Amino acid sequence: MSAAVAAERDELLATDELSAYYGDRKAVGDVSIAFTRKAVTALIGPSGCGKTTFLRCLNRIHEVGFDARVEGRVLLDGQDIYAGAVDPMAIRRRIGMVFQRPNPFPTLSILDNTLVCAARGLNRRQRFDCAERALRAAALWDEVKDKLRSSPLRLSGGQQQRLCIARAVAAEPEVLLMDEPTASLDPIATAVIEELMARLADEFTIVAVTHNMQQAARVSDVTAFMLADEAGVGRLVEVDDTARLFTKPGDHRTEDYITGRFG
Amino acid sequence: MVQPRFRRVARFVSPADRGFAAVVYGGSILFALLIIGLFIELVLGSWPSIAAFGPSFIWKSSWDPITSNFGALPMIYGTVVTSLIAIVLAAVIGIMAAVFLADFAPRWLSAPLSFLIELLAAVPSVVYGLWGLFVLAPFVRTAIGPAVQKVLGWTPLFSGPVYGVGLLTAGIILALMIVPTVTAISRDVVAAISRDLREASMALGATKWETATRVVLPAARVGIFGSCVLGLGRALGETIAVTMVIGNRPEISASLFAPSYTLASVIANEFTEATTSIYISALIELGLILFVVSIVVNALARLMIWSVRGST
Repeated sequence: MSAAVAAERDELLATDELSAYYGDRKAVGDVSIAFTRKAVTALIGPSGCGKTTFLRCLNRIHEVGFDARVEGRVLLDGQDIYAGAVDPMAIRRRIGMVFQRPNPFPTLSILDNTLVCAARGLNRRQRFDCAERALRAAALWDEVKDKLRSSPLRLSGGQQQRLCIARAVAAEPEVLLMDEPTASLDPIATAVIEELMARLADEFTIVAVTHNMQQAARVSDVTAFMLADEAGVGRLVEVDDTARLFTKPGDHRTEDYITGRFG
Repeated sequence: MVQPRFRRVARFVSPADRGFAAVVYGGSILFALLIIGLFIELVLGSWPSIAAFGPSFIWKSSWDPITSNFGALPMIYGTVVTSLIAIVLAAVIGIMAAVFLADFAPRWLSAPLSFLIELLAAVPSVVYGLWGLFVLAPFVRTAIGPAVQKVLGWTPLFSGPVYGVGLLTAGIILALMIVPTVTAISRDVVAAISRDLREASMALGATKWETATRVVLPAARVGIFGSCVLGLGRALGETIAVTMVIGNRPEISASLFAPSYTLASVIANEFTEATTSIYISALIELGLILFVVSIVVNALARLMIWSVRGST
């Protein structure tokens, strides 16, 4: 992306020379990228290219794992979220996350799952309204409005994943990170989630990892291609408007990947 | 031509499988027979006592070998109260320790600490008893007792003289003995809760503490409950350590500082000196009660675990 284009775009989230490690092993190396506000950015690349690890650095969940650490900066609205005084819990409320496998809390009802990280200090009415808004935003309301008190484990996989999206949305984050949100779902549920992602982009800045190139082409505005180098370190190869990246890739490795020559 | 509706196919079963099936069937039936046999033996042994005292044996509170007048209530009371004290203390400490070991402790600390806690389970109970008698009981008499009575002495629960030996001391010793069971099983259960759930909670901005109390512990509650029941089972039947610190007095008093007696300790203490056949028979009936109580506790726990599972 040229400097002129970057300046004219409104960038909410950016990384600066971001590297991620598991112990001594470098999994992601020196990635600098900016994410446009209220757009869907897809991270694509073959398995093991570090895209999930990179995504997990963006809300500081990477560091929760054993012996995991991060170097470089992640700027949210210009503020470095890895700066010393920053509370990671506060950051994670501003940058929500949806995981590869649906993971609703099994012991909480559908309603409580939705509200688990909603704003504190709401009264009953407000809480209910908040849940309804979130569930509507996640296109799940009509399917669960009569069974809000029942267990989320009775929902289908696609419904559970939308519940997880509602749960993230209810915290009113600015950014939504999605780690292969449809990887464990059937094609119909996948289509529902993809449609939802496009709609959510009206309100949120979305960064989604996928290794399904058709999905990236369908749902994203911008696509970033990552690839592991000879040392196994995930590097950003290029990032561009999705339409351009898939038709006129700037790097031959991107072209090889999207034409199916490897990966 | 008429086709037969079903065709019975003689499936081939290898002789080794047949033999194996016979062995495992035999093994499990043997266990069932052992339990039934034990029950029958206890009933037969306690028959003179059952015939003499009838059901009132359970709620009579006299225990007088001289006049051969026996009632089990003081021992039932002592058993229940010491076990309750033990399970409450052990559950609180054990669950906290389990959460710490599984979620908070760094790896270099977690493994040796787990090992030490499990080592507690290997200490012979007579050693616990000695420690209870020579260290804990004086400590209760000189430190815990006066301190508690200063604040809560007005309640019947903590009234009366503090001898050092008694219900509370026995309960604390029992708690120590079952903490390893509760901790080890709870830790395994907590550690088995999937990483996904923890990360989901953390990614939503929850603290480690919120994640542990609101997500991990509720998800692990069935297993944790099971660990407490196993601990309770051990507390109910534990004999020698309790005998050494409970005071061995067949009385019912509200105070936790009062000496008491448990079903197991009275059997251990008095079996050798039981001279009359009705005395021996009464002791065996105490064993029968302990046996039934243990089975009922375990059965109730099973039912609760099933009902909790069913509701999720």
